[in-house]
Amino acid sequence: MANLQADFIGIKSPNPFWLASAPPTDKEYNVRRAFEAGWGGVVWKTLGLDPHIVNVNGPRYGAIWGADRRLLGLNNIELITDRPLEVNLQEIKSVKRDYPDRAMVVSLMVPCEEDPWKFILGKVEDTGADGVELNFGCPHGMSERGMGSAVGQVPEYIEMVTRWVKSHTRMPVIVKLTPNIADIRKPAAAANAGGADAVSLINTINSITSVNLDHFAPEPMIGNKGAHGGYCGPAVKPIALNMVAEISRTPELQGLPISGIGGVTTWRDAAEFITLGAGNVQVCTAAMTYGFKIVQEMISGLSQYMDEKSFTSVDQLIGRAVPNISDWQHLNLNYVAKAKINQDLCIQCGRCYAACEDTSHQAISMSNDRVFAVKDDECVACNLCVNVCPVEACITLEPMAAGAVDPRTGKVVDPTYANWTTHPNNPAAMAAAE
Amino acid sequence: MASGELVQGLVAGRLSSEAYDENFSDLHAPLDAHEALVAADRCYFCYDAPCVTACPTDIDIPLFIRQIATGTADAAGMTIFSQNIMGGMCARVCPTETLCEETCVREVAEGKPVQIGQLQRFATDHLMAQSAHPFSRAAETGRRIAVVGAGPAGLACAHRLAMHGHSVVVYDANAKAGGLNEYGIASYKTVDSFAKREVAWLLEIGGITIEHDKKLGRDLNLTDLTERFDAVFLAIGLAGVNALGASGQGKAGVRDAVDFIAELRQAETYSQVPVGRDVVVIGGGMTAVDAAVQAKLLGALNVTLVYRRSRDRMNASRFEQDLAAAKGVRIITNAAPVEISGNGAVEAISFEYMDDDLTPMGEVFTLSADQVLTAIGQTLGATELPSITRGRIAVSPDGRTSVANVWAGGDCTGLGDDLTVTAVAQGRDAAEDIHRALSA
Repeated sequence: MANLQADFIGIKSPNPFWLASAPPTDKEYNVRRAFEAGWGGVVWKTLGLDPHIVNVNGPRYGAIWGADRRLLGLNNIELITDRPLEVNLQEIKSVKRDYPDRAMVVSLMVPCEEDPWKFILGKVEDTGADGVELNFGCPHGMSERGMGSAVGQVPEYIEMVTRWVKSHTRMPVIVKLTPNIADIRKPAAAANAGGADAVSLINTINSITSVNLDHFAPEPMIGNKGAHGGYCGPAVKPIALNMVAEISRTPELQGLPISGIGGVTTWRDAAEFITLGAGNVQVCTAAMTYGFKIVQEMISGLSQYMDEKSFTSVDQLIGRAVPNISDWQHLNLNYVAKAKINQDLCIQCGRCYAACEDTSHQAISMSNDRVFAVKDDECVACNLCVNVCPVEACITLEPMAAGAVDPRTGKVVDPTYANWTTHPNNPAAMAAAE
Repeated sequence: MASGELVQGLVAGRLSSEAYDENFSDLHAPLDAHEALVAADRCYFCYDAPCVTACPTDIDIPLFIRQIATGTADAAGMTIFSQNIMGGMCARVCPTETLCEETCVREVAEGKPVQIGQLQRFATDHLMAQSAHPFSRAAETGRRIAVVGAGPAGLACAHRLAMHGHSVVVYDANAKAGGLNEYGIASYKTVDSFAKREVAWLLEIGGITIEHDKKLGRDLNLTDLTERFDAVFLAIGLAGVNALGASGQGKAGVRDAVDFIAELRQAETYSQVPVGRDVVVIGGGMTAVDAAVQAKLLGALNVTLVYRRSRDRMNASRFEQDLAAAKGVRIITNAAPVEISGNGAVEAISFEYMDDDLTPMGEVFTLSADQVLTAIGQTLGATELPSITRGRIAVSPDGRTSVANVWAGGDCTGLGDDLTVTAVAQGRDAAEDIHRALSA
């Protein structure tokens, strides 16, 4: 069985599955349950200065659902911890003492001044915690007070605060980034410049999940008003994966460890983050939806996958997919594929036909007895039929062998690699050739 | 209709070979990968799930279904087998409709449970198809344990003991291991010699030897076993059968249903098994239903199952009753046999109606019958055993008997409800207790 031990910036945990700073890590009671369930570590719900903040007394969460009411996305308007600082610190100390093998990182958010950071860091060090995470991400409530994403959206502030924090603590420092910006590489570079040991991303995304059409107000509705919240859960995973990848493949940020966050729900999601360069993952929505027990599936699944691939440690998986992240202009234009429908698996629903006939390339035929087949002379291999088919692996994209003739273009499939930069239709390429 | 069905008397080969193949194919075709994903997606991953509580072996059902849903069927198989080493057979024969699936919140809410049994089969088949047995033995302890009976309880006990590093000798009275899995369960629930394959797979762990044709009281005695081994686990099942309280039961064509099923299970081809034209099965449990349905599938023209109490009191689940009805078995309730008549061979059997307290109503009816199968309960049928209560070996919850170093489990005890899955649970739990006792 594969060894899932993880060492993230010197913080060791029995597996790479941490709970993100969020409601599940707000209290000793929850965190003890999490550790009993098998979580490798937690990032304690963000601490702030006293007097502690308050939360609304109405609904804090909104959601969207898929079929069978499967929760796909969650948003929240909860703020940082609403309990006194001392209570949290004592509980952190108590839990860490009883679970020395688990990672205990403490999330922090105080005003953008050096003294409050210095003050709170000393307090956290006394708990025996393994590290701190700077919450520059929360996009609601705290950002109105100049904290959270209000800091995360200004690289100069990130660098400044990170530098203060590094100068006032011996603990490893993770900087948590907000996705509510145009280019994630800028805040990551700022954290790096400020001396951060790692970045974690993504925090939640500005969102309104739905509008109440009787009261004409965004949900979740407090009385008759709603505010935007932070969006998370499976729906945000693609955005998070891209942002992690953007950092991983930026040469100036090589070696900056990443803690991957955003919609991790299964072992597979975690493995995907790790192959894109994350050293571990943080989970929240999946635990909030299904309970702490899901970590068992994450552990067994990642372990089975690593065994099947002959990986013996998580380190061997980190960044495995990074060399294959490319810019569009470097994709091979001589690669030709065609969709293929497996008639044994086809249930004849016709969704592929509707998608292709109405919205794409009219490359699927339909017979009177509902047999659907790909017309190779029209198929551009767009993959839409694959994605709308309700049966996994019923439609596949099959690469054409070099030397074969593409019936759509009449051209022989060229075995050599050629991309847009040298394509004759590219004015820049033509200019370069002249 | 094939003319073979009309012939009176015990006749083999009533049907065409195609009809036999069709009749005895898998009762439920296994799920393919896509069907398994769709079925798994319906699980809500309930907290403290009612299905787990309902499972006698406490399989972590939400976890294994989530493991299927996330593409790791082998991990799902491990979740199952670590609790129930015969999870493959249980996936086929468990009355899930009265266990896990009955309590599934989606059964309660929608009348459509998650297909737990079928998903369990998907996962266990997947892992059993891998080349290596997934469990390994702890270091050899030098301790030796005798297990008497190679049925579900005995084999589950032996496997768990072997995992703990003990050496196990399993004695069985029959020529093949598996117990009722091999000899007593309807064919259409365990096609393709699954019982035999499961035993072979289970033994791959090593440390277990089986000695066949060794029967307690005939070839073995308990005192001798306790002297030769560090511990003994009795899993001898129920070898005896209850006698029918009706006159004429010695007539030809009257037979115990357990023997009938065993003959069917061991036959090389179904066409070799003789069956009557007018078959009457007496009893209300799983064995009665299995015998009645299989008599019908073998080509009997009329099969009637007669039970002395009402339908709700039958031990066979409602699903089993409906299955029998769907296959064309007529179910008569509240009637007890009075007399079997016939000149040498059975020709008819008369019943008297009874209320649920078994008070005769004084009204008698007669059914034509050229075969009568009795399934009215089994008995220990062995002597020189530890203390007995209510006809079964008395045991503690851990399976300890009145005799030092002797444990017991399965149908020979009064612990469970005579299901494969409860036998497995008792075998496993006794093994853990034996291991604790030997490690103390």
